[in-house]
Amino acid sequence: MSYLFYLLAALTVAGALAALMLKNTVHCALVLTVAFAGLAMLFLNLDAQFAGIAQLLVYVGAVAILVVIAILLTKGSETSKDEVFSRSWLVGLVIAAAVFAVLSWAVIGSIRVLPHEMAVPDVTVVQIGDALVDRYVLPLEIVAVLLTAAMIGAVIVARHEKEEKR
Amino acid sequence: MQSQPKPPRQPKRECEIPVIEKTDQLFVLLQHWLVSFLPAAMQPVAGVLLSVVAIVCIFPALFALTTVFERKGLGRIQNRLGPNRVGPFGLLQPVADGIKSLTKEDIVPLSADAVVHYLAPVVLVVAVFMGFAVLPMGRKMVLVDLDAGLLFYFAMGASTELAVFMAGWSSRNKYSLLGAMRAVAQMISYEVVLLLSSVTVVMMTGSLSLTKIVEAQNQYSWGLPHWFIFTPWGCAGFAMYAIAATAETNRSPFDLPEGESELVAGYHTEYSGFKFALFFLGEYLAMFSISGLGTTLFLGGWSAPLSSLTWVPSWIWFFTKLMLSIFVFIWMRGTLPRLRQDQLMNFAWKFILPMCLLNLFVAGLWTYLGSGWLRWVICSAILIAAYAAMGWGEMRRGKIGPRSYRYAE
Repeated sequence: MSYLFYLLAALTVAGALAALMLKNTVHCALVLTVAFAGLAMLFLNLDAQFAGIAQLLVYVGAVAILVVIAILLTKGSETSKDEVFSRSWLVGLVIAAAVFAVLSWAVIGSIRVLPHEMAVPDVTVVQIGDALVDRYVLPLEIVAVLLTAAMIGAVIVARHEKEEKR
Repeated sequence: MQSQPKPPRQPKRECEIPVIEKTDQLFVLLQHWLVSFLPAAMQPVAGVLLSVVAIVCIFPALFALTTVFERKGLGRIQNRLGPNRVGPFGLLQPVADGIKSLTKEDIVPLSADAVVHYLAPVVLVVAVFMGFAVLPMGRKMVLVDLDAGLLFYFAMGASTELAVFMAGWSSRNKYSLLGAMRAVAQMISYEVVLLLSSVTVVMMTGSLSLTKIVEAQNQYSWGLPHWFIFTPWGCAGFAMYAIAATAETNRSPFDLPEGESELVAGYHTEYSGFKFALFFLGEYLAMFSISGLGTTLFLGGWSAPLSSLTWVPSWIWFFTKLMLSIFVFIWMRGTLPRLRQDQLMNFAWKFILPMCLLNLFVAGLWTYLGSGWLRWVICSAILIAAYAAMGWGEMRRGKIGPRSYRYAE
């Protein structure tokens, strides 16, 4: 682990924490983008070029914009008067800790199951593409169908609203 | 020199080729020479730093020149003189503009979100500069030769949208916010087109690396280059890429986000002084980098337009093509009226996007039809027929008529 890793990790965690702590919702969305970008750079730091750049493209480019527009369109952009901590913070903490425990258990367990994966694999974009249309073609198609369904749904929702207005 | 295989450059004539190669690799050699003064441990870092400094200096200098060029060109189109007071032919105008923007008061609105307001231009310029990192500006002249260079470029391009939004939102001005929303909607819509029109090139070369894409085009038959624009799918792809690039950079006729007749100046209404200059710089840098990418993808990057001209240094070709694209940008700005928001969206989603998808299909067909004249005929016929049918269909629907207002009656 290099100092670069700690730097990026600190950036990511700080961004995520700030997204929880800040009061203004748009600020939250913006610092969440910092966390996304930090995560992307962590991927790049691990030589996972495709994952890192895809993370940047999808999360910083698209998801952040989506979040921000959703906030603006739902009148959530005003700073709320409530406390930052909700009343059910204890329950949230427990759930978060449980998720973290399960994930870390899985990660630590994977070292035992896949001992040969310790070396840095040299994965190129071409290999990822081959794997996507070869071995993982079924999941890819399912995701495609899901996305198409979501898109049709969005179109129907938008159309319904328009007809009501007329 | 019929076809030029790149990596092993065989010295045919002993005295001539090295000179050509030297001029071709001028900047690379200069960099190596400068770096060689440093201790070996520092050399890689210093080399990268030197390249970064070169990029950070050259493109703003080009920006300064382009502003004069643009104002002169627009003046010519609009039958006036353009700037002609500062220096010979007004060439020193950018210096005066720079001093002016540096000395101007930096006004931040009282209700503005100061931090975000401050960060927005910085984020924009940084994100735009990052795009230059993967552009091959000449033979072996690329800062980082990423395996997924094209993807990196688009990731950086997508990040500029957030900066535009930050600028518009933090200003607490309705014109700014409207401009930012328009900009974001427009950039997201046309980014789809931009990506899909570039995908054809990736399909053909089988690589996301921009250097490999240039190498694939750096071949000649009968003295003519194998640029992708000279194929049916490449020509159509380039046309759509050019339209999307104009929209991505918010240039006229797609300059609705800053439409001064409606929105004062759009998302940078509340910026003054040097921050405004940064937005201005960002817009032009985005123009340079997107033209550079278009050059790399469709116009053969740094390769020469004729095999007999390969002795001209590669970087000259790259920058010539870049400046030609900039000239077309300026020309379009001077001649085309601005689109309306609904026209803009309809054009992106109902016309260019289907054409892009069809072009992907045509590109696939091109590969499977093998080499021969048949694929030229079939692919061109499909594209022209689709274009004609869609254009005719849109005209038939009779959408052209007196303008109707929904809200402002």
